[in-house]
Amino acid sequence: MQNATVKAATYNDTVVRQFSIMAVVWGVVGTLMGVIIASQLVWPELNLGLPFTSFGRLRPLHTNAVIFAFGGCALFATSYYVVQRTCQTRLFSDKLSAFTFWGWQAVIVAAAISLPLGYTQGKEYGELEWPIDILIALVWIAYAINFFGTIGIRKVKHIYVANWFYGAFILAVALLHIVESAAIPAGWMKSYSAYAGVQDAMVQWWYGHNAVGFFLTAGFLGMMYYFVPKQAERPVYSYSLSIVHFWALIFTYMWAGPHHLHYTALPDWTQSLGMVLSLILFAPSWGGMINGIMTLSGAWHKLRTDPILRFLIVSLSFYGMSTFEGPMMAIKTVNALSHYTDWTVGHVHSGALGWVGFVSIGSLYFLIPRLFGQKQMYSVKAIEVHFWMATIGVVLYIAALWISGVMEGLMWRAMNADGTLAYTFVESVKAKFPYYFTRALGGFLYMTGLIIMLWNTIKTATSGKPVTVDVPAVVAHA
Amino acid sequence: MEIAFLLIPLAVMLVFVILGGLWWAIQTGQFEDLEEEGSRILEQD
Repeated sequence: MQNATVKAATYNDTVVRQFSIMAVVWGVVGTLMGVIIASQLVWPELNLGLPFTSFGRLRPLHTNAVIFAFGGCALFATSYYVVQRTCQTRLFSDKLSAFTFWGWQAVIVAAAISLPLGYTQGKEYGELEWPIDILIALVWIAYAINFFGTIGIRKVKHIYVANWFYGAFILAVALLHIVESAAIPAGWMKSYSAYAGVQDAMVQWWYGHNAVGFFLTAGFLGMMYYFVPKQAERPVYSYSLSIVHFWALIFTYMWAGPHHLHYTALPDWTQSLGMVLSLILFAPSWGGMINGIMTLSGAWHKLRTDPILRFLIVSLSFYGMSTFEGPMMAIKTVNALSHYTDWTVGHVHSGALGWVGFVSIGSLYFLIPRLFGQKQMYSVKAIEVHFWMATIGVVLYIAALWISGVMEGLMWRAMNADGTLAYTFVESVKAKFPYYFTRALGGFLYMTGLIIMLWNTIKTATSGKPVTVDVPAVVAHA
Repeated sequence: MEIAFLLIPLAVMLVFVILGGLWWAIQTGQFEDLEEEGSRILEQD
């Protein structure tokens, strides 16, 4: 009884610590897989002639590892931290928290085993077979109960804007995952999609686009709205704008998916609708980006000395770039050039490495020392080095793929005077060699930065020790 | 395109759920005194 009272008066930071550490570990693993497959594109011999190490099997392992393992762990860690701090209460349930941690790690390990063995549903970002899909659904429901349960027992009346973003992310991902994964099992690790043909394609990109919108955007915006003000020690530039940003973004995102299926069997009106809504999305995205960056107004000098703040602000610049590039690529005439080229891959990585990666790294650098009772990371110099390696890595990566993507798009459509194609496909592949090399180099730099971060994290964790933080007495509020 | 008959109602339903959320937030006074709420996170840790 007495124990229970003592426990209720502290935050549950154990689960935050677990997810934070694993986010860094999976970040290294996921980018390593990326560097391997990028190198396979430069030197095909690295496929090793084995099915398990071939590009087709390792590529989904890379995407699952970076999005769901690295990104997922970072989202779990920060959402559990932010919801407790802003609601001034302990997480709803310690058991559910532990279940989400171990369940999520089990999903990741199952992916790391089943994908190289060739088990896949063949749907991009939804490759995992049905038994793993069921485990994901269970973990996600536990996560939702735990998160909204914590909101329900909050001690502060106002729900901070970051929690709205995290909440929308959790609900939308639950819905997306269940609709996307609907399949008829045909054995333990084999199933057939519940949808056929173009229907399946539409569900796939309704899911695929919203996975970007809610998993990779809404969740990380939640992170941004807490950790940018905290690290800058200034409130959000305009809190009202952050509320408008939230509602505008979630009202429009759900409808943009068809831009992944321009010039396919999808009806024309659906494609045009998807394009128009993608263009509208530009407004809330930039509203949020400007709001985040302007949070620094009056404190710009901090960027000179604080590498963590630099990670966070550069992440917002990449968010702005990607959310300008995205709507532009959704315009049908631009898409006719860009689709199926490396430009798309470059666009995704400007969002993934630049926005999602940087905002997670910055937030984790804020969190990790606090979780181990330290004032700052073991080495601030190492954060500085990490920042420059990651920045140079991203810039090399996306610049290389911009050039290679536009080049191959132009080569594919180039025609001779008599109407025959000017280039064979293999000529466009050959022309991409230097850009593929540069991309692999950029990825290698980014991965090396994360290895430095892992070293710094281990040093910080071992030179401090896990601390238990008391929930402060509730401050008076309206 | 029968799938549109699933996805569009699903998206419309979602819009109503979101509208419900917005309605609830306004009615319970979530958006009163906004700028003060923005600075509150800086007070505690």
